Amino acid sequence: MTARERIAGNVAGHVDDRTGAAKWMKKNLTKVFPDHWSFLLGEIALYSFVILLLSGTFLTFWFDPSMKEVVYNGSYEPLQGIKMSAAYASTLDISFEVRGGLLMRQIHHWAALIFMIGIVVHLMRVFFTGAFRKPREFNWIIGVGLLTLGIVEGFLGYSLPDDLLSGTGIRIAEAIIQALPIVGSYLSYFAFGGAFPGELFISRIYTVHILLLPGIFLALITVHLMLVWYQKHTQFPGPGRTENNVVGYPLMPVYMAKAGGFFFIVFGVTAFLGAVASINPVWLYGPYTPGQVSAGSQPDWYMGWLDGLVRMAPPLETYLFGYTVSWNILIPGLILPGIMFTGLALYPFIESWATGDKREHHLLDRPRNAPNRTAIGAMALTFTLVALINGGNDLIATTFDLTINQMMWFSRIAIIVLPPIAFVVTKRLCLSLQRADRDLVLHGRETGRLVRMPNGEFIEVHEPISAEKAWLLTSHEQLAPLELPEHDEAGVRRPGALKNKLRNRISRATAVAVPKANETERRELEGHH
Amino acid sequence: MSNEIELIKDPGLPAHVHRRADTDPKAALRAERQVAILFGLSALGTLILITSYIFIKDDVFIFIPIMGDTNLHQFGIGMGMAIALFCIGAGLIHWAKTLMPDEEVIAQRHEFRSDDEDREEFVKTVKAGASVAGLGRRPLIKRTLGAALGLSALTPVLLLRDLGPLPGDDLKKTNWKKGTRLVTDPGDRPIRPEDLEVGAVAQTLPEFPAGKVRHLDDVAKDAVLLIRLRPEEFNLDAERLSWTHEGIIAFSKICSHMGCAVALYEQQTKHLLCPCHQSTFDVTRAAKVIFGPAARPLPQLNITVDEEGYLVAAAPFNEAVGPSVWGRLT
Repeated sequence: MTARERIAGNVAGHVDDRTGAAKWMKKNLTKVFPDHWSFLLGEIALYSFVILLLSGTFLTFWFDPSMKEVVYNGSYEPLQGIKMSAAYASTLDISFEVRGGLLMRQIHHWAALIFMIGIVVHLMRVFFTGAFRKPREFNWIIGVGLLTLGIVEGFLGYSLPDDLLSGTGIRIAEAIIQALPIVGSYLSYFAFGGAFPGELFISRIYTVHILLLPGIFLALITVHLMLVWYQKHTQFPGPGRTENNVVGYPLMPVYMAKAGGFFFIVFGVTAFLGAVASINPVWLYGPYTPGQVSAGSQPDWYMGWLDGLVRMAPPLETYLFGYTVSWNILIPGLILPGIMFTGLALYPFIESWATGDKREHHLLDRPRNAPNRTAIGAMALTFTLVALINGGNDLIATTFDLTINQMMWFSRIAIIVLPPIAFVVTKRLCLSLQRADRDLVLHGRETGRLVRMPNGEFIEVHEPISAEKAWLLTSHEQLAPLELPEHDEAGVRRPGALKNKLRNRISRATAVAVPKANETERRELEGHH
Repeated sequence: MSNEIELIKDPGLPAHVHRRADTDPKAALRAERQVAILFGLSALGTLILITSYIFIKDDVFIFIPIMGDTNLHQFGIGMGMAIALFCIGAGLIHWAKTLMPDEEVIAQRHEFRSDDEDREEFVKTVKAGASVAGLGRRPLIKRTLGAALGLSALTPVLLLRDLGPLPGDDLKKTNWKKGTRLVTDPGDRPIRPEDLEVGAVAQTLPEFPAGKVRHLDDVAKDAVLLIRLRPEEFNLDAERLSWTHEGIIAFSKICSHMGCAVALYEQQTKHLLCPCHQSTFDVTRAAKVIFGPAARPLPQLNITVDEEGYLVAAAPFNEAVGPSVWGRLT
């Protein structure tokens, strides 16, 4: 044993005496993780969170969340002598007086954008591969919670500098609070400490942004990761991979190097963006005053769909015994998003109810093999995308020389018409891909080589695919539709008949598939070739 | 011929394909050198960061293709940091991919479900604990505990009461009263009708007496737009026409939809456009909403001139300004 090994052994023994760590460390250092590029998407979100914590802590050493009025006399000339809040002035100081301050501000903002992008693409990967099924439903709900809180956290974060653009966004948020029936004005006055904008709001959202929400994030992310660790990561189907094993590489050394390396890659790319790509140049917007606004005002991208829904809402306001109910705010701002996020959170349970499949799943679905689910996902994405595009309808109109009227009517019609079209097209595409897979297994790969037979006929040579590929294309399950009884043995209609009928219908639609190729068919065809 | 359909079988893990560095020691050395170069680049990046931070002044600009004139201090700090971080990552990943073992390992999954015996034991333990605690046999304890906890939950709600004042009818009132002069924003100068040409638009606020400080809370309610048209361009009923003066009409600048400043005026079409959600108001028809999600026109301010010829409000707003609220009309 070398001296170094002896010292390391002593240290390890010291720790193990007090914690018993050697046993679970040994088990966990050899833990196997499956390898696929799409499993890195969640890591992008995780590492962005760490970058946000680090860069954010830096910023808190200089940021002053006070709304007290000060007169600016820093080095940015166009704003010298202008009255502004201390929050805005301290943001200018971070940008222009603190060395590395502007870099950290930009890294922080870019990391927030990448954090949200990471969450969304990770959500899409989990959804389209069916990774949310038992036993991972609880982790899915935590994920939807992280998505929602991330949107709020980002909104509060970019509102901290109290500039004209973000202040306008706060004004809109206040109008949503105010529009709540009965309690709206009270909640607004409690949130803002009085009339809008008041002098307390920025310091209050500062507490939420740097303490409350990060605390909740840390707890939720920890549970989210612990569940993945304990339940073991899912894996894509393939040769040697079953529902009862995990095929991959051990944590030490491969994953420690790859995952650790990926953290530095994400941090490096974020730092690069922070270095060369200007983001949120608040000095150009000026300090917030409710009497001014800029044309082309938009929220950050992850709130764009909300703004888009608000923009296309019909001007509906009704009066209930003299009281005002602003449907034009409540529907796009609260009711629709509430339905969307609740549906998203409950989806695992909705799907298992519809298919009757209550088993554990550790093998992922190729999206084409779950055409109904993939089509539902495409439909939801189309809806959100139309809303997002409408969030920038004024900028799109000016760029492409359209009118806002045209943009809004396009969005209003598209958001109703395009999602069902997306559903049908996606489902048909999935079934086409299933058919292509089946043909590949039964007839082999088209090589593009033409051969002329002695009798003059031209044929294209087909090469049989490998055993591994054949397995990959046929290992998935094709569930039969549910056939829940609507009548009992005597022919009398049962009490739960309507629910069962609905379930039967939905599960029939879900079970639509091109039957996968099997060995019997393949052998039959081989006999004919 | 059996009627059984035979499924395609799992061929098992494919044969391991060795990497160059696994078999060729020269390739392994090359990979090692590549990893070392990447880590070296990272160190270089940190040196660039340190040099730029300490030695390059923050007013030095250089021309970089695509980016144009760039602040060298900022660029150096940023690129140095980016290179330093990225190359550590690239080195680690390259090391893992070329030199660390890449033989696939198989681990078994285990059932999560506790076996039935454990589940029964769990239920027994909980039941025994509950019965020993006596909750079932001592409803008085249960009820008073419930009452105590429930009541104590009210405390945090109560302690937040002083977060803010009650709104009262604050949202229905502005600083505009009969006789309040309109003053320019910025500048606080009173305005005569002659100061506005036909087609002009001005931002105004109510005049504050000397000593009274104007807060942003006031601006959020008081901001008013003055627009001058030719009197024949108006399409108003007699009452609203009487609220104008010599073709000058005044509206609240705070959007009736969600409170943004309705700052965009299309002079040719006489439309006011709010940039937030594109609500469009027709000035000639008392700011009637002709497009967008706003449900109500902008409140109109009744204006006239005082004895000295300055524009003044003839009366306060006849309705609450700004976004809707539940009790707006009561």
